[in-house]
Amino acid sequence: MKRIFALLLALALAAGLSSAAFALEEEDLDMEYYTRFKGQNISINVYNWGEYISDGSDDSMNVNKEFEELTGIKVNYTNFATNEELYAKLKTGGVSYDVIIPSDYMVARMINEGMLSPINFDNVPNFKHISEEFKYQPYDPENLYSVPYTWGVVGIIYNTTLVDESKDMETWDILWDADYAGEILMFSNPRDAFGIALKKCGYSMNPDSTDQLREATEALKDQKYLVQAYVMDEIFDKMTGGEAAIAPYYAGDAVTMIDDNPDLAFAIPREGTNRFLDAMCIPKEAKNKEAAEMYINFMCEPEVGAANAEYIGYSSPNDAAFELLDEETQESPIIYPSDEVIEKSEFFNELPTEINLAMDKMWTEVLSNDEQYSEWFIPILLVVCIGLSIAINVVRTLRRKRESRNY
Amino acid sequence: MKSRYSAYPYVIWMVIFTVVPLLLVAAFAITDSSGAYTLENISAVGEYTPVLMRSIWLAAIATVLCLVIAYPLAYILSRKTGSQQRTMLMLVMLPTWMNFLLRTYAWMTLLEKNGIINRLLGFIGLGPFEMINTQGAVVLGMVYDYLPFMILPLYSIMTKIDNSVIEAAQDLGASTPQILRRVLIPLSMPGITTGITMVFVPAVSTFIISRMLGGGGNLLIGDLIELQFLGNAYNPNLGAAIALVLMVLILLCMSITNQFDGEDKEDMII
Repeated sequence: MKRIFALLLALALAAGLSSAAFALEEEDLDMEYYTRFKGQNISINVYNWGEYISDGSDDSMNVNKEFEELTGIKVNYTNFATNEELYAKLKTGGVSYDVIIPSDYMVARMINEGMLSPINFDNVPNFKHISEEFKYQPYDPENLYSVPYTWGVVGIIYNTTLVDESKDMETWDILWDADYAGEILMFSNPRDAFGIALKKCGYSMNPDSTDQLREATEALKDQKYLVQAYVMDEIFDKMTGGEAAIAPYYAGDAVTMIDDNPDLAFAIPREGTNRFLDAMCIPKEAKNKEAAEMYINFMCEPEVGAANAEYIGYSSPNDAAFELLDEETQESPIIYPSDEVIEKSEFFNELPTEINLAMDKMWTEVLSNDEQYSEWFIPILLVVCIGLSIAINVVRTLRRKRESRNY
Repeated sequence: MKSRYSAYPYVIWMVIFTVVPLLLVAAFAITDSSGAYTLENISAVGEYTPVLMRSIWLAAIATVLCLVIAYPLAYILSRKTGSQQRTMLMLVMLPTWMNFLLRTYAWMTLLEKNGIINRLLGFIGLGPFEMINTQGAVVLGMVYDYLPFMILPLYSIMTKIDNSVIEAAQDLGASTPQILRRVLIPLSMPGITTGITMVFVPAVSTFIISRMLGGGGNLLIGDLIELQFLGNAYNPNLGAAIALVLMVLILLCMSITNQFDGEDKEDMII
């Protein structure tokens, strides 16, 4: 879920509605709480997605700067591009972050592996603003480790000029429609791609057996002949440029693309879809846990939450922040889909290790050619290479010896 | 000797940043996630033979194409006068001043169905051709990105070949193909092998070109290794095993080409 293009959305939004700038008023804030660490020279390391915070461009609120001025805590802010990158970075060690913002299933994996530290919710009073709908979700059933930041759903973005009007777009089957061979784009990350294939086969997006994965793999292999390309960020270029007709993608980014090309439209399949949520967490290695909790609390302030939601373009789980957004955004069926859609959607959950490994392996199978090689091919090739290398050396030594004898 | 001490910084550098990481790769490759010794990862690499073969095959095609394109160019370059040489060399190097990702992205825009090339061809009534998302596009991307690495070593070796050597061959009645075969190619052999190494090795392990220009539907070995680290299941052990096998294969290929090179070294006349 890369958000590089969220900036474009912010620009589009800023152009459309000039009045919506959010400002913090001191009287709304608990100053005693926020000034606790002033003058103590504390700094925190925040690790977030790219373009995933309101940063002060185009009259938006510069959230990190406001926080620094308010509390005297210095924020070292860095970015990552995928959940897996974040995980690999924490796993290899050598870095210490105080606040990280992984997605649902990654939160679950980190909890399972004991990588997160429980949040002291007494220090996060603004947690009360978070909608009940987003608390106690399966990835963090007791809600001890995470505070929701943004959410969204996956749907199908399509080009109305390239797709037949009579086609039913509200189904994943459209991604398997042979009429659009070569015009379909697909996720290039295994989790999202398998999620869709599993749903098409009638299973949960969180498979509980490798048999289900096997069936989904066959579906993905069938689909491969219809797929133009497997993409992530390249989708922005390809969809707005009319290069492809149909693609699954994240709702917040779909809004950006529709702003760029009004021919595009967004549909949410009725079989149910994936709802994702990015949540703020504190890693075990955090050096300043209380300051980190203060940062999380600050992010939940209604004005800050609204500024972030407006800048990023994703949906906000913060009820108080939602109230501050303009009506057009609040009523957008893409950003805030109906309850019916939400009811049928699923969060990604952490999968057992063997299912994860099987998924990666089957994904490789989908993306490899169907050419068959014997498994002895590489060992034989190695032996041949070594043999050849030795042979050349022997021949040369012999020849040199013969030559030196001739002199 | 003084020179021995001055080499220490480089030795230390290489130990820390080359030898130790290589040993770590090997250590990861022969252990499982709990750190116990296993050969399972290495033997699992066999399952990915199609991916490996495709990477080697595409990289080999790209290398040959680079050689065919770069060889005449390097020769022409080396025969030019000083200022012309510098200008042309700068033009060769110019694209590498830009980030390689951006250049690949630009090719995407050029080759697309509604891309610039197809639109231009459309004006004269041709096409549209299917260019992007093919293996040809991947090879094109590799050739474009790595061509300077073939031209430079060839150029630097060609400038050392004196015109008088070629003239002497001509005086003795050698035809152009004969000069090429008996004089130029043997003399430029070190440049050829360096160029092949410098193009083939990065081309075989590239991982972004196939995704951007090849449509991501056909994995290359670089994509596969990336998937082990940043994919769904974090599996550095298998990733290290694939990387290790790839390294050994490349090393062997290189040692074979270098042996061809070494044979002629003693006969060099420079």
